[in-house]
Amino acid sequence: MFVITCPYCGERDQSEFAHAGEAHISRPTESETMTDAEWAEFLFMRDNTKGIHAERWIHAAGCRRFFNALRNTATDRFLAFYKIGEKPPEIDDVVPATPCGETVGSGNDAVKVERPPEAGR
Amino acid sequence: MGNYSLFSIVREGLRGNTGWTPAWRDPDPKPSYDAVIIGGGGHGLATAYYLAKLHGMKNIAVVEKGWIGGGNSGRNTTIIRSNYLYDASAAIYEHALQLWEGLSQELNYNIMMSHRGVLNLAHDDNEARQLKRRVEANRLNGVDAEYLGPKEIKEFCPILNTSPDIRYPVIGATLQRRGGTNRHDAVCWGYARAADALGVDIIQNCEVTEILTERGAVTGVRTSRGDIRTEKVASVTAGHTSVIAGMVGVRLPIESHPLQALVSEPLKPINPCVVMSNAVHVYCSQSDKGELVIGAGIDGHTSYTQRGSLDIIEHQMAAIIELFPIFSRLRMMRQWGGIVDVCPDASPIISKTEVGGFYVNGGWGTGGWKATPGSGHAFADLVANDTPNAIAAPFTLERFVTGDLVAEHGAAAVAH
Ligand SMILES: Cc1cc2nc3c(=O)[nH]c(=O)nc-3n(C[C@H](O)[C@H](O)[C@H](O)COP(=O)(O)OP(=O)(O)OC[C@H]3O[C@@H](n4cnc5c(N)ncnc54)[C@H](O)[C@@H]3O)c2cc1C
Ligand SMILES: [Zn+2]
Repeated sequence: MFVITCPYCGERDQSEFAHAGEAHISRPTESETMTDAEWAEFLFMRDNTKGIHAERWIHAAGCRRFFNALRNTATDRFLAFYKIGEKPPEIDDVVPATPCGETVGSGNDAVKVERPPEAGR
Repeated sequence: MGNYSLFSIVREGLRGNTGWTPAWRDPDPKPSYDAVIIGGGGHGLATAYYLAKLHGMKNIAVVEKGWIGGGNSGRNTTIIRSNYLYDASAAIYEHALQLWEGLSQELNYNIMMSHRGVLNLAHDDNEARQLKRRVEANRLNGVDAEYLGPKEIKEFCPILNTSPDIRYPVIGATLQRRGGTNRHDAVCWGYARAADALGVDIIQNCEVTEILTERGAVTGVRTSRGDIRTEKVASVTAGHTSVIAGMVGVRLPIESHPLQALVSEPLKPINPCVVMSNAVHVYCSQSDKGELVIGAGIDGHTSYTQRGSLDIIEHQMAAIIELFPIFSRLRMMRQWGGIVDVCPDASPIISKTEVGGFYVNGGWGTGGWKATPGSGHAFADLVANDTPNAIAAPFTLERFVTGDLVAEHGAAAVAH
């Protein structure tokens, strides 16, 4: 369960928000000349990063505005919230310390091999 | 390792169960294999079994980062049915259901398959129309399907609230009598044992960290237990499909979401079937041990943490109590999450890729358990022969470019 900081309204419970997928995907401007493969890339292909991921949220039961967030999808830790149109801030998060990229406490603990943490992204 | 039989059970009973041997070996990885399957879930183990049994590939390994069946295979609610709308989906899920019907015998392992029937509820006229259409489509595809009104529903599942006064009244339902549930661990163990007997190495605690390639083709995998040479790598890693494909630069139309389930304290037999509702987002069956097994929708956000949000549980509990008022004082014992890899058209990917020798089976989303034998069967054919068979062909990656999607949201999204 998350506490999410809307850049317009402040901290609220996750149940007020809806996730709106990967951030920074803009609609193509030269759509007449695009190939089917390029359309497929825009419409369907996603990074689905395990680690620091930029994503959109909408404050559906609040101000109803979209904004972006950086979250580590391996730990569910939020690292930043920022407005649409702004650049994602440079963030150093401790990258999870197991071969598969998960930290202890993020589920499936029995399969985790401890390694020294690496910093940065 | 001998066959399990009534005789062996009686013999071991008399000998104090001292004669049982491990059901499969625990080998170290060999330096090279003809094929390496990443992921020891039901789909990966089934793939290995059919590769060895039907395609004569004996020098193969299944590598699993944790323990076999510790992923979605051990976390799902085991609902099995084949009443999907489109021909392509009906073909693969019905293929799987037919294999389920004989699987205990084939594997000499009791998978506790129970064909107790699956009800899919309709709560408004539009949904009722959609479900009636699905019944007709199912019948044209040779899949058993019936449409029931509230009275017949009440006869089939007496504890269900069919009063017209609830917020989302039950106005109809489809019934697939051949649908049901089985025991997920037993399926994994049965396939593991049968594959092992055919020479397949099942290697647990072995995580793939890199896939090695040369000139656009696979040459091996790097694992937490050393490098393995191989020309064929088959990924069957539900939840982590994008991560594995990313190792060879293949992009996929997949997003990974948490999906949760919970079980109640055990009760005497009370729920005779599987009941599912897409609209109020809950589904429920009773395990042979007596616990109610209750599932919900996915969390809206992506995540790899196998943890779900509390508001989803609140939502599913509200729905279950309205549909089954008799459950209102039950205690819930355990809750857990899995990571499901969801495709935009709610259908799976069974495909080769632009990297030679790299095959993907994933994107089963919230409902892939029921497909386990059919998926392994079709995928083994693709891995062995490098061309998809008739059942796998509609599920290749090209569909996202050609637009020939298998849009199964109505039959697949969330309700299992
Ligand atoms: C709560 C829940 C309820 C569900 N209910 C149903 C249901 O009722 N009916 C239904 O049909 N479906 C259901 N599903 C979906 C179903 O469980 C899955 O579609 C199916 O089990 C996927 O099988 P699999 O073998 O591909 O995946 P898994 O069993 O997840 O196997 C993948 C394996 O890959 C391993 N792996 C990952 N990365 C690596 C690596 N780098 N190296 C080595 N190994 C790796 C994992 O550890 C895992 O064991 C449910 C899912 C969940 C989470
Ligand atoms: Zn707001």
